[in-house]
Amino acid sequence: MAFLKIDNLRKSFGKVDVLKGIDLEIEEGGFLVLVGPSGCGKSTLLNTIAGLEPITSGSISINGKVVNDLHPSQRDIAMVFQSYALYPNMTVAENIGFGMEIRGVPKAERDAAIAKVAETLQIGALLNRKPSQLSGGQRQRVAMGRALVRDPMVFLFDEPLSNLDAKLRVDMRTEIKRLHQRMGTTIVYVTHDQIEAMTLATKIAVLKDGVLQQFGTPAEIYNTPNNLFVADFMGSPSMNLIPAKVKASGGDVAIMMERDEGEPLALPFAGANGALAGRDGQNVVFGIRPEALTDPDSADRNARHVSELDCDIEVIEPAGSDTFAVTRLGGREIVARLRADAPISAGQTARLAFNLDKALLFDPETEARIV
Amino acid sequence: MNRNRLQEIIPRLVLSPSMALILIFVYAFILYTFYLSMTDSRMLPSYGFVGFENYEKLWNLRHWWRALTNLAIFGTLYIVICSVLGLFLAILLDQKIRGEGFLRPIYLYPMALSFIVTGTAWKWFLDPGIGLENTMHQWGWASFEFAWIKDRTLAIYTVVIAAVWQSSGFVMAMFLAGLRGVDSEIIKAAQMDGASNVTIYRRIIIPMMRPVFLSAFVVLAHLAIKSYDLVVALTGGGPGQATELPATFMYSYTFTRNQMGIGASSAIIMLVMIFSIIIPYLYSELKPGRQR
Amino acid sequence: MSAGKTVGVSGNRLARALLYSVLIVFAVYYLLPLYVMLVNSVKPLDEIRQGNMLALPDVFTLEPWARAWSSAQIGVQPTGLKPYFFNSILMVVPAVAISTVLGALNGYVLTKWRFRGDDIVFGLILLSCFIPFQIALIPAARILGMLGIAGTTQGLVLIHVVYGLGFTTLFFRNYYAAFPTELVRAAQIDGAGFFQIFRRILLPSSAPIIVVTVIWQFTNIWNDFLFGVSFGDFDSQPMTVALNNLVSSSGGVKEYNVHFAGAILAALPTLVVYIVSGRYFVRGLMAGAVKG
Repeated sequence: MAFLKIDNLRKSFGKVDVLKGIDLEIEEGGFLVLVGPSGCGKSTLLNTIAGLEPITSGSISINGKVVNDLHPSQRDIAMVFQSYALYPNMTVAENIGFGMEIRGVPKAERDAAIAKVAETLQIGALLNRKPSQLSGGQRQRVAMGRALVRDPMVFLFDEPLSNLDAKLRVDMRTEIKRLHQRMGTTIVYVTHDQIEAMTLATKIAVLKDGVLQQFGTPAEIYNTPNNLFVADFMGSPSMNLIPAKVKASGGDVAIMMERDEGEPLALPFAGANGALAGRDGQNVVFGIRPEALTDPDSADRNARHVSELDCDIEVIEPAGSDTFAVTRLGGREIVARLRADAPISAGQTARLAFNLDKALLFDPETEARIV
Repeated sequence: MNRNRLQEIIPRLVLSPSMALILIFVYAFILYTFYLSMTDSRMLPSYGFVGFENYEKLWNLRHWWRALTNLAIFGTLYIVICSVLGLFLAILLDQKIRGEGFLRPIYLYPMALSFIVTGTAWKWFLDPGIGLENTMHQWGWASFEFAWIKDRTLAIYTVVIAAVWQSSGFVMAMFLAGLRGVDSEIIKAAQMDGASNVTIYRRIIIPMMRPVFLSAFVVLAHLAIKSYDLVVALTGGGPGQATELPATFMYSYTFTRNQMGIGASSAIIMLVMIFSIIIPYLYSELKPGRQR
Repeated sequence: MSAGKTVGVSGNRLARALLYSVLIVFAVYYLLPLYVMLVNSVKPLDEIRQGNMLALPDVFTLEPWARAWSSAQIGVQPTGLKPYFFNSILMVVPAVAISTVLGALNGYVLTKWRFRGDDIVFGLILLSCFIPFQIALIPAARILGMLGIAGTTQGLVLIHVVYGLGFTTLFFRNYYAAFPTELVRAAQIDGAGFFQIFRRILLPSSAPIIVVTVIWQFTNIWNDFLFGVSFGDFDSQPMTVALNNLVSSSGGVKEYNVHFAGAILAALPTLVVYIVSGRYFVRGLMAGAVKG
């Protein structure tokens, strides 16, 4: 059963529609990540769940109870803010205990709860400091402590890691995941970082311009994006999207892509014949992720359809664990991901293996996925 | 639910006393004064409607023209001199001056004084009998003459002198803050381009002070139109009507000459003058601010 | 800010010398009136008449100060400035306190509890900073009369609160606009209500703007003359009005030394504020000048 359910949610500021009918749900203990470019409405969505912004229509229910009209403090939620929002004039302990103080929880009980949370997050030594005396990572922990101490039904995180430096961000990401696994609380998490979304989520909702683009597990979002936007947004480096044409003759279907020099490249495309039957001669967008486009030696041995082709390599970017090679197809720059010591150099022609099991086709007009 | 509603109402409730006071004491008063300016009120408000007759009378009064001319002279000189002097001092102080922390408060302190004190001090200082002229005579410069304050055509300039003394330090502080806010990388870039210091100021820094000029203009214009106390303390509007300004004109017509209708109409003209400067300014300042 | 800046006169010794002389000349210009008042307030009257206004006193006397404070003729009564000094205190303290509290609450509502039309409300409040007070004189006198507080200190307090609200609201609004809204949201989730958030979250961080607002309001209200002379009588007239009466009383001998002592007495509170908290004083002036 859905624990948090959002039903046809709409939100407008004056004449501007920020959320245009969002439907989402997450089971108890799930980790829902809202992801999208800035201005897509993801933070507004989170704020409406928190009750910090009123909704225009639709409904939000937590554990079967509609909370549309409840004050934030009555929704049994806790929130971690992007800026951490620690009260500057209070110590760490007072920050964590403020909510309980407002609710009139006796001091002894408060102190016990604070001590427990401090132990969980290993911030016991910081309890008497002011926020200004803490490092970014420590503030982050205190902000989480303030949320944890409420023991809420739903945790809300608003881009909590975006103010940390790269290394700390990765550490805290792991820590949030560990915390989630241990506590088993439902979490809604906003980020614009698709790697965070992939690593943390049990369900991802991709938003753009206030419209839900796709809602599914990380694997679904990554492997079968609904449309060009999701395909392009998720994954780093992002999916290669190449203008192409369908060529269907008899039972064989091929995807034709222009090259700068020479004949167009023809990739035999089996396995999806049905969907492409009527599309002979039509334009499509051929999508393939960099890791599905590699040197023949590192190609997936279990893949059923692999095509090998010679490509002109323009640039080589060694990244340590892998080497990225840039070539050109259909007038676009194409990134292939090779093993680190692949014998390849810029300006040469190299043989690349296309794993067509992982390839996708999109309609360039509707932007929706065909295959 | 109830608590929610209450939380929505409280903010407006908190704002309402201030809003009520301002609606009455500012906007209703403006309407009332406007209405009075259309009546035959003399010593006390009376409600015989006379249309724009008071305005006609007002514009036919030499006294009012005198006040407006004085305001034009005073306002122009006051704004121009304060701005130029303020900018000049700010640039001088921006040359890594030793003792800047000592000089700056000296330039600025007159702003802490009331115009009444300023007027008292300068009245005496400018008095030929005991002030500057007398001092020069004592020092043996017998032909020195400085009796502007007693001269019908020159007295208005003494008001300018005292007002500039009071406000120029403040304008200096505004410009200094502006100068200090200029991005030092822009200046370094200009120096790399080989610009001289004078050129850097003339072509780069001073044009960047535009917002400060605008703010200074608004503040000074607003002070000039409102200025009442200084004239009262320094010259009492005299000699004769030589230093009368609209603010003193309004006061004397309303409260001592029992011509409330005319006094009210002059107040309305002052309001129109100030608002025609302030409203475009506030509009231009607040519009981009909104989008931040 | 200016640390990395190297524009300006440097190296050239002559230019530096010139620069410093100009700065010192201006320092003298700003200090001279104060010096003259100070020196002549401790001279006997005949020494002023015969001597040089710039000379240090031959005979040092504090008698003019004593007279100005407690026995000089003001209007018709030989009371000195003392009772008026206390009138001013009784007027300034509540007026500053009330207008600051209201301004803080208004600023809080206008930034953290925004509602439809709040920018119009703010616009109306802001515009009230700039009205010429002449427009309010006639109706304000009537309202004070109707409320039965004409000529009283309460009446003056009310007037100063109303016409100070625009500035205090502006100051706090600008300050709270930069205060992170996420803190308010966090406190809402923690269950804090409107006043709890204000008292526990915003107020503890408001010390700088409170200081600025209090200084601004204190200086403005202390230095006010127009409202004092229009709406005050013996029991409520402020220091500025009394000083003007002292200086411009026509009868008898002009006791210049007493006038100066009185002028300094009238200026003393604001000068002290300026000297003690110059940094905030400047910030207050700038905040009043440079809008939203």
